[in-house]
Amino acid sequence: MGAKKNGLLTKEIVATSFVSAFKKFNPIYMLKNPVMFVVEIGFFLVVLLSIFPSLFHAGEEDLRLYNGIVAVVLFLTILFANFAESIAQGRGRAQVATLKKTKSSTSARVIIDDHEVMKQASELRHGDIVIVRAGETIPNDGEVIDGIATVDESAITGESAPVVKERGGDFSSVTGGTIVTSDELTIKITSLPGESFLDKMISLIEGANRKKTPNEIALSTLLVSLTIIFLLVVMTLYPMLQYLNIDISVATLIALTVCLIPTTIGGLLSAIGIAGMDRVTQFNVIAMNGKAVEACGDVDTLILDKTGTITHGNRMATAFLPVTGVSQEELTKAAYLSSLTDDTPEGKSIITLAKEQKLAVQDVEQIIQSSEHIPFTAQTRMSGLDTADGVRYRKGAYDTIKKESKAVPGDLEKLIHVVSNEGGTPLVVMKNEVILGVIYLKDVVKSGLKERFKQLREMGIKTIMCTGDNPLTAASIAKEAGVDGFIAESKPEDKIQVIRDEQNLGKVVAMTGDGTNDAPALAQADVGMAMNSGTNSAKEAANMIDLDSDPTKIIEVVEIGKQLLMTRGALTTFSIANDIAKYFAIIPAILLVGIPEMNRLNIMHLESSTSAILSALVFNAIIIPLLIPVAMKGVQYKAMSSSKLLIKNSIIYGVGGAIVPFIGIKMIDMIIAPLLKMIGI
Amino acid sequence: MWQITIVLLIYLPLVLIAGRYLYKVTMKEKMWGDGFFNRVESIIYKLSAIKQEEMTGKQYIFSLLFSNAVMIAIGYFILRIQSSLFLNPNDIGNMETTLSFNTIISFMTNTNLQHYSGESGLSYLSQMLVIIFMMFTSAASGYAVCMAFCRRLIAKTDVLGNFYVDFVRVITRILLPLSFVVSLFLVSQGVPQTFKENITLTTIEHKQQDIAFGPIAAMESIKHLGTNGGGFNGANSSTPFENPTVLSNIVEILSMMLLPGACVVALGLMITYRKNRNHKALIGKQGTSIFIAMSVIFLIGIAVVYASESAGNPEIHAIGIDDSTGNMEGKETRFGIAQSSLFTAATTAFTTGTVNNMHDTLTPLGGLVPLFNMMLNVVFGGKGVGLMNMMMYVLLTIFIACLMIGRTPQFLGKKIEAKEMKLIALCILIHPTIILGFSALAVTTAGGVAGITNPGAHGLSQVLYEFASSSANNGSGFEGLADNSTFWNVTTGLAMFFGRYTSIVLQIAIASLLAKKLVHNESIGTLNTTNATFTVFLVAIVLVVGALTFLPSIALGPITEFLQLNS
Repeated sequence: MGAKKNGLLTKEIVATSFVSAFKKFNPIYMLKNPVMFVVEIGFFLVVLLSIFPSLFHAGEEDLRLYNGIVAVVLFLTILFANFAESIAQGRGRAQVATLKKTKSSTSARVIIDDHEVMKQASELRHGDIVIVRAGETIPNDGEVIDGIATVDESAITGESAPVVKERGGDFSSVTGGTIVTSDELTIKITSLPGESFLDKMISLIEGANRKKTPNEIALSTLLVSLTIIFLLVVMTLYPMLQYLNIDISVATLIALTVCLIPTTIGGLLSAIGIAGMDRVTQFNVIAMNGKAVEACGDVDTLILDKTGTITHGNRMATAFLPVTGVSQEELTKAAYLSSLTDDTPEGKSIITLAKEQKLAVQDVEQIIQSSEHIPFTAQTRMSGLDTADGVRYRKGAYDTIKKESKAVPGDLEKLIHVVSNEGGTPLVVMKNEVILGVIYLKDVVKSGLKERFKQLREMGIKTIMCTGDNPLTAASIAKEAGVDGFIAESKPEDKIQVIRDEQNLGKVVAMTGDGTNDAPALAQADVGMAMNSGTNSAKEAANMIDLDSDPTKIIEVVEIGKQLLMTRGALTTFSIANDIAKYFAIIPAILLVGIPEMNRLNIMHLESSTSAILSALVFNAIIIPLLIPVAMKGVQYKAMSSSKLLIKNSIIYGVGGAIVPFIGIKMIDMIIAPLLKMIGI
Repeated sequence: MWQITIVLLIYLPLVLIAGRYLYKVTMKEKMWGDGFFNRVESIIYKLSAIKQEEMTGKQYIFSLLFSNAVMIAIGYFILRIQSSLFLNPNDIGNMETTLSFNTIISFMTNTNLQHYSGESGLSYLSQMLVIIFMMFTSAASGYAVCMAFCRRLIAKTDVLGNFYVDFVRVITRILLPLSFVVSLFLVSQGVPQTFKENITLTTIEHKQQDIAFGPIAAMESIKHLGTNGGGFNGANSSTPFENPTVLSNIVEILSMMLLPGACVVALGLMITYRKNRNHKALIGKQGTSIFIAMSVIFLIGIAVVYASESAGNPEIHAIGIDDSTGNMEGKETRFGIAQSSLFTAATTAFTTGTVNNMHDTLTPLGGLVPLFNMMLNVVFGGKGVGLMNMMMYVLLTIFIACLMIGRTPQFLGKKIEAKEMKLIALCILIHPTIILGFSALAVTTAGGVAGITNPGAHGLSQVLYEFASSSANNGSGFEGLADNSTFWNVTTGLAMFFGRYTSIVLQIAIASLLAKKLVHNESIGTLNTTNATFTVFLVAIVLVVGALTFLPSIALGPITEFLQLNS
């Protein structure tokens, strides 16, 4: 099963979940879940009835065993529901267990009156100044106020490359639990013990501080009212049956109630919510609350930065364009040699492209050794190398090369124009004083993004690209990436304006950002995802933080949000649809005593009244654990139009939900009917 | 069957025209006859000091409750002293207290449940000043509220519309002109309209018989147009004086179906025109999907009644009586199975409550349909509130369907959140609570059981029917129930009162909440509430929720009867 891959059922989680499932029988805890609370009350009543069978109704002494069986099934129903919630919590807990370990053992050097005092991390207060040296763990969230050092953030990001942290700017915030790998940092603590980013994350994932999200509250309301309706149905059924002189035992009435009220969704609702957060966490994204994940499902507009999100951010060589009279090979070779000692991403991409074009140059090592390296400087604005035999290879911006060259070839301007028009950057290559041609540098769109944006469009989500580039370049990239709109030459203020404009059209807007100047926009957006590498102010303004600092992940989070809502809807529909079959099992069974003709409605041909009622009740109980995987993994989601999605899910969970219990109840009946005969019920 | 088809085919163009007219009245758009109506209305506004200022949802509801309360008080007073007032040629006595309570609630709530017989219980003055008056005002109240509700669904503010203005306009522009035309037509078919006293004559068997008549035509038209349903005589529209011919029968059926259907059309137009008034639309996409959903349930109902009544009663067949005409017990020969089945399905689906055959004598499944129609109370439904009830199910369906596609629920761009959901859930709860609760009470108390005239399952059907009819403000009787007793007068009175006013208050509250909401974007990613998928989903939700709620009681009543009869 695919679920195992996600660590759905490790032995440890099952064991602890089992224990906590029992603890959750506490009625006070149960009150949080009204549907299951009703089941629990029913359970207590039936337990009483199996001890004192004639408590409510004289002459029911022979029902002791039957009442006992009903009590056991009700007990299992509640246990399964509790178990579902515990498993969801257990998985979250397992995810952060390692983090907790790192945290608990940390001690810190606190500067008090210019002296270093050792303190436990848990004793740190907001505003304390601590010094952390190479090899030590940063005790709590804070702001770098002095020093520059590399920090290993793999504990929270999973990214092994250390990150440079320094005072001021976008790299000044540090997270508790990460390790300084070089030099030392002076840090001002910005969070209270137990309230650090990590603590919040832990409690969120564990579901301990989980607040019901707005949609969950609305759905609970619906479930509670369905419960009330069915309580009413059963409570009024009793006098009507009495009027028609049909006897019915209290245990059967309770069984009927429990079968009808939406226990399936009621039992799994909180597990679905916790698991949704958990799935977000598996993507290494921390959602500050469930509401944010829910809002993701509604996103209409996605605002993405071009650099780093849509494109790789560094320009790559994609073509060598020689001027008339120069061969392709000659230009390629010159470009290659001029970049041999160039370590910039652009330089490397030129080497790669040249190799791709099957350029063969002998003795590369020797050339590098013997040549003089001319690095790029702000003054010269070009780079290259002078070989031992005196040949000078240069590449650089057109303006600078033009000054160095003897003559400008006639079609050079045209080539440069072509490149600029397509949104690229031209680099001119020169050998000695002769211009050979142009390297076409281009911002490359990440692979697979175009398809993603197409999917988003099918889901009804519009993508807008923000970039500092000129409109021409922006348009070209936008077209290549397949985004629906772009804002060229954008400043941070523009972003917030775009968000406002979209919101005024009634749209739900999501965006990603990392810099301090992104903070207002992150706060304004309905879903703001900050990069963990970003500043504290950005993180505080956002309602999600991506630990891997990969902005494209917002797309996955949107899908998780949708999945979360869909899972709720699907299981609600399933739960309601199940009732049809349960009625067909129980109603004829109850009425058979007084109205023999009712047997014609026993379309499942269930063995006896007792086995019919118990089969329905058992089905009602075991469907909960059977659906735990669905609750954990979420309903499968593929981008498609809302109508298709509705049809698909209605058929699976609506029609399926109507049919499955007919089969399930019949099968259970076939198994338990002989057993019941054996014990004489 | 062709008789049913023809009536429904005539209905379609009529409802579209009426819907457009209702739309114009609601949105105060320019319309034919403005000059005349404006003058009449301005006189009314002046006389009754109506200020015509825009109201919030709360003020609107308060005005409705206040005006209805005043009318209840006056009506009750008249019923209690009618014997000493004028226009009482047949010397009818004063009405008893609990019966007066029941009657006045019944007519103010547009239920028209009658625990009395008009010919022996009411003077002509009471018939006109209480009954006919309330038939206009209760219908106008219902349509006014429906207007307020629909306007809020598409509005961006909660301050709009004035109850008194809407109330007056519904009467002057819709109910009065239509009633006038229909009355004249009915008179042409032979319905009496007179202040003369009853005729007493000697029959050929030399027995004395009273022939009851009075100002019947005036009541007959508004009784159907306003989906009221209370008969001038006890036997309602089955008597020749209320419903003499097949033509009058068809006109009565069309009259009661006209305005409830028109409400759906009007809402459809409001939704379509909210963005672009120049749009070409007959009813609009949203209107179509709701109209079709209601029609599907309605047509299933007719088909079941017709099939079941045509099949007849197997026990009568067994004793060798020719039943090739179907189950004619309790039906008028001039209408036959088709006209009776259609009337039965229409009067309960459109919650009018008038009858042209005795529902007590319908076959079990034939009787199940009117009962279930009233239990659902959303299949068009009466006087505008039917549409509002249906909208509760629309919102519920949207809630579930939106989750199924991974969106938080929204309708017309407005989010349905916990607060709205709470009220919607309450709204859907009220109706079954009243029906099942009071039914359970009736079968456990001596006062209730005393009224039940049939043993076993049919007796239970009578009880369920009476409360379903009361709570749905339908008013048709299963008859057979001896219902003029303190228990039945009081319980059904309460059922009618709460069935009407609690729902209306909650529904306007929901509309007010939605009106104040931010309008969200609609895209291909949001739920399409206008296509066939949604319509199917809506019908499924209505039927499943309705069936799950009422199946046990139905199983004990009509279904048991059916199984016993056909075993």
